[in-house]
Amino acid sequence: MGENSESAMQGKNFYESGGTRKGILSWIFTTDHKRIGMLYLASLFIFFTAGASFGLLMRLELIAPGKTIVTASTYNSFFTLHGVIMIFLFIIPGIPVSLGNFFLPLQIGARDVAFPRINLFSWWLYMTGGILALLSLFTGDGPPDTGWTFYAPYSIRTGTNVSLAVFAAFILGFSSILTGLNFVTTVHRLRAPGMSWFRMPLFVWSLYATAWVQVLATPILGITLLLIIIERFFGVGFFDPSKGGDPILYQHLFWIYSHPAVYIMIVPAMGVVTEIIPVFARRTVFGYKAIAFSSLGIAAVGFFVWGHHMFTSGISDTSKAIFSLLTFLVAIPSGIKVFNWVASLYRGSIKVDTPLLFVISFVFLFCIGGLTGLINGTLATNIHIHGTHFIVAHFHYVMFGGTAFAFFAGLHYWFPKMCGRMYSEARAKTAWFFLFIGFNILYFPMFIVGWQGMPRRYYDYLPMFHTLNLISTIGSWILAAGLILMFVNLIRSITKGEKAGSNPWKGTTLEWTVPSPPPAENFDEIPVVTHGPYTYE
Amino acid sequence: MTEETLHKTAEVHRDYTGSKMGMWLFLFTEMLLFGGMFILYAVYRFKHPEEFHTSAQDLDTTIGAINTLILLTSSLTMALSILALQKGKKRLSLVFQVLTILMGAAFLGNKSLEWGAKFHHGMYPNSAYLLTKSSGEILFYGLYFVMTGIHGLHVLIGIGVLLFMVLFTMRGSIDSTNFVKLENSGLYWHFVDIVWVYLFPLFYLIT
Repeated sequence: MGENSESAMQGKNFYESGGTRKGILSWIFTTDHKRIGMLYLASLFIFFTAGASFGLLMRLELIAPGKTIVTASTYNSFFTLHGVIMIFLFIIPGIPVSLGNFFLPLQIGARDVAFPRINLFSWWLYMTGGILALLSLFTGDGPPDTGWTFYAPYSIRTGTNVSLAVFAAFILGFSSILTGLNFVTTVHRLRAPGMSWFRMPLFVWSLYATAWVQVLATPILGITLLLIIIERFFGVGFFDPSKGGDPILYQHLFWIYSHPAVYIMIVPAMGVVTEIIPVFARRTVFGYKAIAFSSLGIAAVGFFVWGHHMFTSGISDTSKAIFSLLTFLVAIPSGIKVFNWVASLYRGSIKVDTPLLFVISFVFLFCIGGLTGLINGTLATNIHIHGTHFIVAHFHYVMFGGTAFAFFAGLHYWFPKMCGRMYSEARAKTAWFFLFIGFNILYFPMFIVGWQGMPRRYYDYLPMFHTLNLISTIGSWILAAGLILMFVNLIRSITKGEKAGSNPWKGTTLEWTVPSPPPAENFDEIPVVTHGPYTYE
Repeated sequence: MTEETLHKTAEVHRDYTGSKMGMWLFLFTEMLLFGGMFILYAVYRFKHPEEFHTSAQDLDTTIGAINTLILLTSSLTMALSILALQKGKKRLSLVFQVLTILMGAAFLGNKSLEWGAKFHHGMYPNSAYLLTKSSGEILFYGLYFVMTGIHGLHVLIGIGVLLFMVLFTMRGSIDSTNFVKLENSGLYWHFVDIVWVYLFPLFYLIT
């Protein structure tokens, strides 16, 4: 059935049917998961831009040794705010709240998530947290300068505006918990008839695994951050050695959440990648169950590896060895996924469109990020590279080269469904080229300077690191050009792009069976599912 | 179907099991939130067993025991209020709900008397008097104030939630056919109660 006759029958898409409220109110008080997804997408874009600006300023400061544009303390605020914004406001909520909100109900054949009002509430919490985080820049006695980890006892003693930033992160954690429990309940309760667990698209599996991590790990962060605030206001002394407290205990509590959080960031990205590969290889995914279970496996093992952030903090050798071993275990489910992706491409009729370009660069960059992770996880090498730019390069390869590239892949893949129009393919490919090249020029030199011993979180460095830092800063400009081109192309195409039709990529999951953009209630009639998600002849 | 009717069907859509599941997941997160503090307690008690032992002797076991009794009884009235509503006895349910709220308030009242007495003796976090004590004692009282404080905050939130339930019951928006909100509030109340069941022995009875 053509898109036009369908939409004529349905009447309006979800942009046109805002319920009883008008204008902006029909957005900020909506309970439609698609509108909330778009709200999140717009908010993520704003915070990503802020975070990226701090990143670019940091690179600019590091273009030459010595003080270039800012003082040491301003630089400390830059990397703190860059970290807080990128981690708590962009990459942790990232894919689940935007693409997940929009497509989870569509992919399982539901009209909405299980708790639409809680979904809206979590967006409000997210915005509150975001605004408080930005406010901490301009209020109090200067922006926070502790780094995003808020390590005690410095975070308890510094005079800067740490309390507000910590409170912002606490609120964001609450928002994350609500999204998590919403998604878990949605997947359990609202699957369409016939949508058995092993007929769910793998993006849904990855969101499901992520949602469990959000529910089970975030509360620990909540209490840890709350304790920081209590310490700052009442001086209880839990993490203060002068009162008998133990700062290492803070690190434990912090990483008990913040390492699983790494998998909150990467697992949904893997889901996006798994969703895109079969569509552009015209072939069913290789090893469906292995991919589904490896998502759960990564989520589960991720809870027991936090100690690898603390190899140089003074924990016992026995626990170091155990944490190191468990860290290596993460490589197994990750490896399973990479092999399955490659095997899914093998002998497919591959069509290299923008989403697949981003996906393939994801696999490439994720492999570099993942394998250097093993170097970090090895006790002997960890001592050499701990706290250097090697670590910075490693987690940017995983988080930016991995998660953000997959996010961009998903944005391009689902853009026609979300907006009903197609972006310019030529511009998108150019933007991808700039991003991929710029990314590697920006971050690869950091592996080398890090290995040579350049520490992270300093505004200055020895002259011997100058050349590679200069190259890295130039890379940041190429990357920025790619980002601008990509966003301009996408934003322009919202109104100016060609009409896309309901299924431009010939995808086989349920979201492609409804018009683009989908109507407010998603499905005229809830579909009955009779087969798995990726069936190609 | 027109858009209005579609919205209406979406609104009356009720999923009893789904609501309960969401609440249980939320309680898991609450459990983990307190779990973080129980870890702190475990580590510091392991480090300073004797000081925890002697510090606990200064807490008033009688008030603690009375508070335990009050909270346990309030869990009973909470459960009875749900049962009454399920059987369609709206007035009786309201009586039990109000009783539960009153007992919650009595608990907080007792707690504030207890805290007040400690403050009166100069015993509060970061006080000059407390800082002259050993680090084990500082940590014991730190944990005592923070854990019972955050627990008290939960009781306060529970009272707030129950006040809404009283309002909903009076308005008739929850009744014998639609009582999942009251049940979920009950689950929350029992949870807060259970946390106290652990806090009481860990602080008052370890002497």
